[in-house]
Amino acid sequence: MQIELRDPKKIMKLKRLGSFHQSKLSFLRSFLREFNSWDYKRELFELDNDGYGVAVYSFKKEQRKYSLVCFANKLDDNERSDRVIATKWDASFTLFDGIPTKKDIERLSLNVPQQEIGRMTYKELTLSRANKSMRAFNYVVECLSNGNQPSTKKLSEVGYLYRTTAVYGSGKFGLADRFRIKNRPEIHGPFRLEMMLVYFVRQFTIDQVNFISKNKNPRKAIELDKNIARSLGIGNSTGLGMAPFIVNHPILLNNWILARETALKKIREIKDVKQEDFNYFFECLKNSINNINTWNTDSDYQKEKIKSLKIDLVKFIKYLEQEFDKKKEYLFNIIFNWVDSNLTEESIEYVVSLFLEPYDEIVDQLTPTMSADEEKFFNIPVERKIEDLRVIIEKNYTEILNIDFNEDKNIQNFWFISKNKEEPRVANRFEEIGSELEQPLAISRDVKSLYQRIKNLKNSMTISRFLADNNDLRHAVRRVFMIEKFPYSEIQDNIIGSELMPIDMLRLKLSFFGACKFDPRSDKWLRICMFQGAPLPDELKKFNDNWIYNSLN
Amino acid sequence: MRSFSEIETISKRASRGAGFSWGVSEEIGKSVRLLEMFGLPGILHLKNYLEKINNHNYQKITIISADNISNNIPYCPISVGVNFLDQAYNLEKIENINFSNLAYPLLAVPFLSRSSEIIGKKILLNLENFKFLFNYNQSILSNFDNSLISKTTNFLISFNQNEDSFDKKTWDSLYKISQKTFVDETESSKKTAAGAGLTDND
Repeated sequence: MQIELRDPKKIMKLKRLGSFHQSKLSFLRSFLREFNSWDYKRELFELDNDGYGVAVYSFKKEQRKYSLVCFANKLDDNERSDRVIATKWDASFTLFDGIPTKKDIERLSLNVPQQEIGRMTYKELTLSRANKSMRAFNYVVECLSNGNQPSTKKLSEVGYLYRTTAVYGSGKFGLADRFRIKNRPEIHGPFRLEMMLVYFVRQFTIDQVNFISKNKNPRKAIELDKNIARSLGIGNSTGLGMAPFIVNHPILLNNWILARETALKKIREIKDVKQEDFNYFFECLKNSINNINTWNTDSDYQKEKIKSLKIDLVKFIKYLEQEFDKKKEYLFNIIFNWVDSNLTEESIEYVVSLFLEPYDEIVDQLTPTMSADEEKFFNIPVERKIEDLRVIIEKNYTEILNIDFNEDKNIQNFWFISKNKEEPRVANRFEEIGSELEQPLAISRDVKSLYQRIKNLKNSMTISRFLADNNDLRHAVRRVFMIEKFPYSEIQDNIIGSELMPIDMLRLKLSFFGACKFDPRSDKWLRICMFQGAPLPDELKKFNDNWIYNSLN
Repeated sequence: MRSFSEIETISKRASRGAGFSWGVSEEIGKSVRLLEMFGLPGILHLKNYLEKINNHNYQKITIISADNISNNIPYCPISVGVNFLDQAYNLEKIENINFSNLAYPLLAVPFLSRSSEIIGKKILLNLENFKFLFNYNQSILSNFDNSLISKTTNFLISFNQNEDSFDKKTWDSLYKISQKTFVDETESSKKTAAGAGLTDND
């Protein structure tokens, strides 16, 4: 049986994309699968009694080495801020290509804590900073230094000791350009080096809390229990900085979604589902409910989503246990059709993610396809004709063409880059200044303009001739020819309309990172947790990929 | 040192800031990155050009022909570059293309390099006393001394025919040496190779 890929016009809606969950294809999980055979080492750990100083962690395989260099600094409580405009942090990090020399560490100590105003070199791959969760960190120090393990219940309210407030890569602030390292097989998956940095940071936070506790009370202090350590992840505060990324990288976006959709299609096409595969899926489903139960948020928007997810999953489990015939062929297709007709978008995408769990061979084939060589598709095929452009737009932007961009509500927002931190922001066009400096993210509006511009042109006119007089729409022409090859490259919504929920864009990206416990703090930023429950670096070789469902309790 | 990613981003943003459309600014970002990657001073030329753009008139070009003459107002190098890239398929039919009056000509250079890759031909450029050979966007061979040229009356482009740089005799001699890696086939291997024993007239 041939199953069609799901329709991009349905899947690429923001509400749907904002319902995505982590899966076996998520980058932090594929990172752990790739690096579980590497040798881990704590190369250097030179902290003073208060936990300030420098530490280096490394992964090594054959001749290749990567190191995280950490700088922990004193920070007054009144200086601690997760906002991107902050200038000081509890700790700052860079992932170094190789093992740094003393001289490298000296140079990095002057630049890494400065973050955006420091200068990195081609030897540094990623850059980040993080702040302590004071309530979690101090609580753990208090417990350990008095010889007690912290309460897991209390810790699960936060889920981490530190949260990162930015992770930079790909040539920012002088970091290595991606093209220089892109052919390394171990990083053939998006954001591998960013994931490595965050994973090492998690270990540093655990080592630091143990070290401070020991120094506080050398006689009484105990080490954090490994099971508790494993249940801690790394938090992250994420704002609008992430949102334009998925618009500015259409081919990458396509490849992420296409990999997930292809996995779903292949799983639905399995005629004889093995009993053990179905059981594994069902086990992951039941275990994952513990995760939902520890998902805390003050956001009414998210609370509603969690509530509907919980209700749906009870309904779904009842269906699987009582109504569903496991002896039928194409089991996962039957399940999918039921889920698609009976559950909310949040729950449909939750179940789709779970479908992937038993199928290593499908996921392993798709993981390397999730990177993109975007340069290859930058040039516009100028020899093509206006007719081609028209046909592609009509086929791929059907609903976009129905939006009336003369109505204020459909152009209410504009995206811009803030002057102070050069970060993306969104504002009301009719209430705030600067819309003339709008970023080119309103693809739907611009594609509609393009469609109207070519309305009365001859079908036989070449794109080359069209562009000679219409270079103001060059960016839209480029996009249209991309969607022809990459059907999931475009968000099928108006991201400048009054109903825009920017956190839907953030959540899409974060779900592919592998983040859990989305906790929106407004419609423009949210907190999440990464690597919670993941094996610790010294346990990686005994690694089990279903850690995410077994230990998020 | 600035990364190429930073070079591309700042060039794109600055170009937009100077009034180019986003789509053209994206092209400029890629092109200045290319210049810098090939060791040519793209950032310096772009900065100088963008600083002048508001106070000076520059001629835009739409359709490029063999002789492009703008007597009073110099051509905009970006307009020349972008249109050359877009029209390269037609232009390769013309042997020589000349621009009589072109501002900051180095900024048009990366577009010629990219065009060379697209049409699959080497392109030669004579700019004042300098020569540039564009090798399918894989490299640029040049005697350019990195000087800042704000205007030129001598910008002559020609498409090289795809020709070998060696004669047949040289090739044959090298082929003879390469034959030392081959092994004579035995009669038995001839009998068992693909297609053996079958008639090919079936």
